[in-house]
Amino acid sequence: MLDNSESYVTEDGRTIGGVVMEMKNITLRFGGVVAIKDISFDIREGEIRAIIGPNGAGKSSMLNVISGFYVPQEGEVLFHGKPRPQLRPYEVAQQGIARTFQNIALFEGMTVLDNVMTGRLNKMSSGLLAQAIWRGKAEKEEIENREKAEKIIDFLEIQHIRKTPVSRLPYGLKKRVELARALVSEPSILLLDEPMAGMNVEEKEDMSRFILDVNDEFGTTIALIEHDMGVVMDLSDRVVVMDYGKKIGDGTPSDIRNNQAVIDAYLGVAHD
Amino acid sequence: MLEQLYFAMEVFLNGLMAGVLYALVALGFVLIFKASGIFNYAQGVMALFSALTLVGIMDGQVPFSHIINATFGTDIHHFGWHVPALFAIFGTVIVMVLFAWIVQRYIFRHLVGQEPIILFMATIGLAYFLEGVGDLMWGSEIKKLDVGLPQGINDTIDQVTYEMFGYGFFIDNLDIVATVVAVLLVIGLVIFAQYSKEGRAMRAVADDHQAALSVGVSLNFIWIMVWSVAGFVALVAGIMWGTKSGVQFSLSLIALKALPVLMLGGFTSIPGAIVGGLIIGVGEKLFEFFMSSSALAGELFGFTISATENWFAYVLALIFLVFRPQGLFGEKIIERV
Ligand SMILES: Nc1ncnc2c1ncn2[C@@H]1O[C@H](COP(=O)(O)OP(=O)(O)OP(=O)(O)O)[C@@H](O)[C@H]1O
Ligand SMILES: [Mg+2]
Repeated sequence: MLDNSESYVTEDGRTIGGVVMEMKNITLRFGGVVAIKDISFDIREGEIRAIIGPNGAGKSSMLNVISGFYVPQEGEVLFHGKPRPQLRPYEVAQQGIARTFQNIALFEGMTVLDNVMTGRLNKMSSGLLAQAIWRGKAEKEEIENREKAEKIIDFLEIQHIRKTPVSRLPYGLKKRVELARALVSEPSILLLDEPMAGMNVEEKEDMSRFILDVNDEFGTTIALIEHDMGVVMDLSDRVVVMDYGKKIGDGTPSDIRNNQAVIDAYLGVAHD
Repeated sequence: MLEQLYFAMEVFLNGLMAGVLYALVALGFVLIFKASGIFNYAQGVMALFSALTLVGIMDGQVPFSHIINATFGTDIHHFGWHVPALFAIFGTVIVMVLFAWIVQRYIFRHLVGQEPIILFMATIGLAYFLEGVGDLMWGSEIKKLDVGLPQGINDTIDQVTYEMFGYGFFIDNLDIVATVVAVLLVIGLVIFAQYSKEGRAMRAVADDHQAALSVGVSLNFIWIMVWSVAGFVALVAGIMWGTKSGVQFSLSLIALKALPVLMLGGFTSIPGAIVGGLIIGVGEKLFEFFMSSSALAGELFGFTISATENWFAYVLALIFLVFRPQGLFGEKIIERV
C-alpha cells in the first residue's frame, strides 16, 4: 500500500501525487433512505478517479457531499490532510473545486460565452466603486478573464457557438459548455457527474479526449461518475464502486474488472 | 380644439412623469423577484419607511420617542439638531441595508425552497410589520420632506412653449428632477448589473441558483445585496413622492399601483417595469382627462365620469392580462407565481 503522501508513476508515464482529498466514514441519510453508508475513499493529486455503480447507488450524493451541496450526518472530509469544516457549496467552489451536474445547471438565459465567463466570477475583484477608481486594474483583469474564457472555449471546440444562448443548444453541447464553465475557474479538483450521459458514440469520444487532455495539460485532478464501463476503464486510474449506498470495490480498472462483488452487483442490471 | 390638443399633450407629459414614480416602485419589485422569486408586497412600505426614516434623521427626531416617553415618563421628541439632506440620505441607506440584512437573516433564510405563495405571505407580514415599526419609530403624522429639490412650475418651459404655441405647458420642476434621477438610477443599475462582479453574480443568481452556487456565488450575500438595492430604489421613490405630497402612510397604498405596472411590464423585466410604469402613468392621466371633459366624453357619450385614476390602472392591467399574461417583456410567469 502507498502512503498518503507518496506519489507514483502510472504505466502510461503520468505522475500521480499524494492524497488531496479523503472521505472518512461518510454516512448520508434522507429520512429513512440511507444514500451513503459509512464510505471511505481518497482522491490523489493528478489522478482520474471514477465512481461507478447501478442507478440509485449514491454516486451523485457522494459528489454532492464533496462539493458541499449535501451535508453528511456522519464522517468527515479531509482536504490536503486537514479536516474540512462543513462548507457551503459556494465556499467549496472558492477553494478551487469545480463541478458539473448530472442534470446540467447552466444559465439558460445567457450565451455560451457569458456562461463561461461566470466561471471567472471568483477571480474578479469586487466593488463597483473600487473598479471605478482602479479602472486600469479592472480593465486588465477583464481582458485576462476574457482571454482565459476564450482559451477554454477553443480548447473544448465550442468557438462556433460562443454567442449562442445556451437554451438553444442540444444536450451534448450543453454538457460541454458546463465543463467549460467549470474549467475556466482553473480548479485543482474537477467533479463531473455523468459528463457523457445521453451522448452518442462520437460525442462520448470527444468528451473522453477532453477529459484526458484537461488532466494532462492542466494537471487537474478529476473525479467522475460514469455508467459506460468502456469509458471508465479507458479513462480512470482508480475506481470506486458503490451499490445501495455501500462501497463494494475500490482499485484500478483491472482490479475492479475481476472483483466478484462488483460483477455480482452488475449482473442483471441494465446499463446504457 | 387646438387648445384641447395642447392640454392633452400637457396631460400626457404629466402622466409620463407620474409614470416614472410607478416605474421606480415596480423596479424594486422586479429586482427582488428576479433574484429570489419572492414577490415583495412590502416594496411600497419600504418606500414609505425609508422616507419616514429620512425625515426623522433630517429633523433629529428621537426614534421610538412615544415608547420611550411612555415607559420612562420623559418628554423627549427631538435631539435638537438638523442633519443636512445628503448625510441623512446616507444614513437612511445604511438603515435600508441593515433592514435588508435583517429580512434575509431572520425571515427568508429560513424559507429557502418554500412555495412562492408562502414567500409572498411572508412579505405581506413583513409589509404590515414594517408599517407598524415605521409608526412606532417615527410617528404617524404627515411629515414635510424637503431635501432641497426644486419644486413648482418650470417657468422656462412655460414661457418657451407659450411663445411657440401660444399655450404655456405646466410642467413641475420636481417631475423633471424625478425623471432625470430615475433615468440615472436605471443607467446606474444597468452598468452595475453588466460590469461589476456583484452585478454579474446577481444575474447568475437570477438565472439559476444551483449553477450560481457552483461558480462560487453566495446566494445569501446576493439576496442581501438585492434587498439593499431594492431598499435604495424605494428610498428614491420615497423621496420623490414624499417631496410631492408629504410623507404619509397612504404612500404605501399608492405604491400598490406598481401591481398593474408589473402585470403590464412582466414581473421579471426591468425595461418592462419602466415602460409599464409610463403606460400606466400616461394612460390614467389621459383617460381621466378624456372622460371628465365635457367637450370630449360629454360630446361623444353624453356623460362624463371622474376619479377614474383610482381604478383605471387595474382595469387596464386586467384587460392586458387576458391577452398577454406574461406582460410586455416578461417571461413565463404562469409557472412561477
Ligand atoms: N435530495 C434528495 N432527497 C431525498 N432523497 C435523495 C436526494 N438525493 C438523493 N436521494 C436518494 O438517495 C439515493 C441515492 O441517489 P443518488 O442520486 O446519489 O444515486 P446515483 O448513484 O447518482 O444514481 P443515478 O445513477 O441514477 O444518478 C436514492 O435513493 C435517491 O432517491
Ligand atoms: Mg446520479
